[in-house]
Amino acid sequence: MTQRVGIVAVAQTKYEAAKGQHLMDLVLEVTDKIAEETGISVVNDVDSVVSCSQDHWDGRTISSVAIPDFTGAHLKDESKVAGDGAYAVLYGMMHILSGHHNLVLVVSHCSESQTDSRIIENCAIDHIYQRMLGLDFLSCAAMQANLYMQKYGILREQCARVVVKNKSNACNNPYAQEPLLLTIEEVLNSKMMAYPITMLDAKPVSDGACAILLASEDKAKKLTDKPVWINGAGNCYDAHSLGDRDLCACESLVSASKRAYRMAGITNPRKEVDLIEMSETFSYQELLWTEGLGICKPGEGGKLIDSGATLVEGNIPVNPSGGLLAGVPVTVAGMSRVAEASLQLRGEAGKHQIPDAEIAVAHGTAGVCGQMHCVLVLEKGDR
Amino acid sequence: MAQRVAIVGIGQTCHTSRRPDVNDGELINEAVNNALADAQLKIKDIDTVISGNMDFFEGHYLNDAMLADYTGARGKAGFKMNTGGTVGTLTFISGCYCVSSGLSDVSIVIGWEKHDEGPTTSCITTMADPAVDRPFTVGALLGMALISGNYMNRTGCRLEHAAMVRAQASENASRNPNAHLRDRYSVKDVLNARMVLFPLNLLMICPTSVGACAIVLASEAKAKRISKKPVWIKDHITVHGEYNGNHYHNQFDLPGFPRTTTQMMAGKKLLQRNHITEPLKELQVFEMYDPCAFVQMSWLEDFGICGEGEGWKMVEKGMTARDGVFPVSPSGGVLCTNSIGDSGTVRVAEAALQIRGDAGEHQVTRNVRQALVSGFGGAFWTDLMLLSKSLD
Repeated sequence: MTQRVGIVAVAQTKYEAAKGQHLMDLVLEVTDKIAEETGISVVNDVDSVVSCSQDHWDGRTISSVAIPDFTGAHLKDESKVAGDGAYAVLYGMMHILSGHHNLVLVVSHCSESQTDSRIIENCAIDHIYQRMLGLDFLSCAAMQANLYMQKYGILREQCARVVVKNKSNACNNPYAQEPLLLTIEEVLNSKMMAYPITMLDAKPVSDGACAILLASEDKAKKLTDKPVWINGAGNCYDAHSLGDRDLCACESLVSASKRAYRMAGITNPRKEVDLIEMSETFSYQELLWTEGLGICKPGEGGKLIDSGATLVEGNIPVNPSGGLLAGVPVTVAGMSRVAEASLQLRGEAGKHQIPDAEIAVAHGTAGVCGQMHCVLVLEKGDR
Repeated sequence: MAQRVAIVGIGQTCHTSRRPDVNDGELINEAVNNALADAQLKIKDIDTVISGNMDFFEGHYLNDAMLADYTGARGKAGFKMNTGGTVGTLTFISGCYCVSSGLSDVSIVIGWEKHDEGPTTSCITTMADPAVDRPFTVGALLGMALISGNYMNRTGCRLEHAAMVRAQASENASRNPNAHLRDRYSVKDVLNARMVLFPLNLLMICPTSVGACAIVLASEAKAKRISKKPVWIKDHITVHGEYNGNHYHNQFDLPGFPRTTTQMMAGKKLLQRNHITEPLKELQVFEMYDPCAFVQMSWLEDFGICGEGEGWKMVEKGMTARDGVFPVSPSGGVLCTNSIGDSGTVRVAEAALQIRGDAGEHQVTRNVRQALVSGFGGAFWTDLMLLSKSLD
């Protein structure tokens, strides 16, 4: 890499079940926060704007037409990445690495409460053979969870432990939607949605927005004394059809994380990474994704949560913010992971701060059963 | 210094109204295979797959993931771009960013649309603000009619000139095996077509097509090894405007209404920073995203290719013909072929073919060293690219 890309500032709305706000208001809130924190004008100073939103969720083709007035993208290099917000961060990073731009604003918004996820997710399933079965991400995830649990002897209790951990972590995160102190029994006994996934095992419906200001190395150093560097990035697709994939191996996450680690010079993520902010739509996914991220061996995600290593006070905290289970909308998900990881590295995570965090991994995913993954390795500035 | 990027492979499907013989994935796969064959590469040589189209036309959510086995993305990096008509060029530009950032060595970009699977104009209408504008918006036609009518008013351009543009496009498209509408029309034929929204009649607006286009991009080191005739991306610029409901005046340059602000800015900046002072001489071909006949003339002015009010005169003098001094859209343009997600990608592909001298029967007579390519789409957004035969 010829130069580094720095995160100058991050902003999130509070995530809520139904904000009842126009999408533009959500976006304005986060871009205003960025402007306030950095003292830059998003209209005059930002070179390019990358957004991530989905036509299907917004019910609007070219969903980014609604927001240029609020991102300051008027007559600028504006573009929209579909999928997940982490990819928007990656694409913004490319704008800087290519030497085209020095200051890039990335924004993501979604109001899940305005529509029904099952209808939308069904549209992501192969339309020739499988869509008419009525599959959605929940029903597919339930199949993946069953396979995974059966293959490796993962217990429902271990999945429930993820929920207990994340919702309790959320109690210290002012942006989190569902801070809750739960017991494992409460998770197991909550309403069954698709075995083995209960209501509490799944991410709640959520509304919100997130924005991140990226800058070239020189610019970042000028704008903040606490830059966070994106030192590694990797992403990868898996096959679409569930039958064509090893659902217990999450191969695309393995490839994505390997690429990101190689770029960041990380050889032993378990030792070198201080914390992970990941996109776990369902509780079992946190166990599976920790395996895919190389934090533990395949099948050992259950043991890892049992060991307490992924707790805030553990040696590899996962989702100290509460993660997606505490409530973050799709598309915003991956970007909010980058934002939360940055807050940790800047020492600005408040009550959920991990002491001495220097290297963090942020992870985003899109597609059925985690078909595509994006992994970013972030590093504290003055290290 | 950023990596330089070159086009090393080009593949298109044919374009037509309906393709009941293939599904979305198979359509894309045709273009991908054609591009790989052109580059003499295998899919394993590609590290990044970027695709782009507009979700609503086929109704799929996350269609890049859904079609990953057809695009060849399995096991590879990549993502999907999604804007409006600009998505074809934006997908190409994002492929350029992938390579020029150093994160990818060889990328493939895919633009595609299968308009026979959904109601195009209804989908475009959802672009309008749901609370205020949507009830009285009808697709993309209104904006085009506004530009056209005002262009006539302002410059003295007549219906005949638009008919000349379309007749010329039909002549070009008849020579292009991948074009959709390949029938030849005389100026009189065009003038006699059914009026749709004044001043635009049925032959003066773009069709809805089915098709896909894939382009293989490579870094300088790789490109020189892969291709004998790499086409270099000298520069690209994206100017996307604000959208403010139906207040069309916001999207145009007010004093010079109805000039298209984004095109004026893109043209001015791109020509300036590449020191192009005499575009008619220094550029040998312009593949323009020309969704209706009038804009081919008015946008020549907006991009700064000629002075205000001179666009239609260029057409009248035959300058923009395939064998003219400044050929515009020798492929037949969007006027004859428009599968929205690939309309921009096809423009790039066609310009690159012209530079390589591989455009066959629709090859322009000028010796092409540099080509200009534009992309356009809702809401009056513009991408502009400069392709070159050589690196200097």
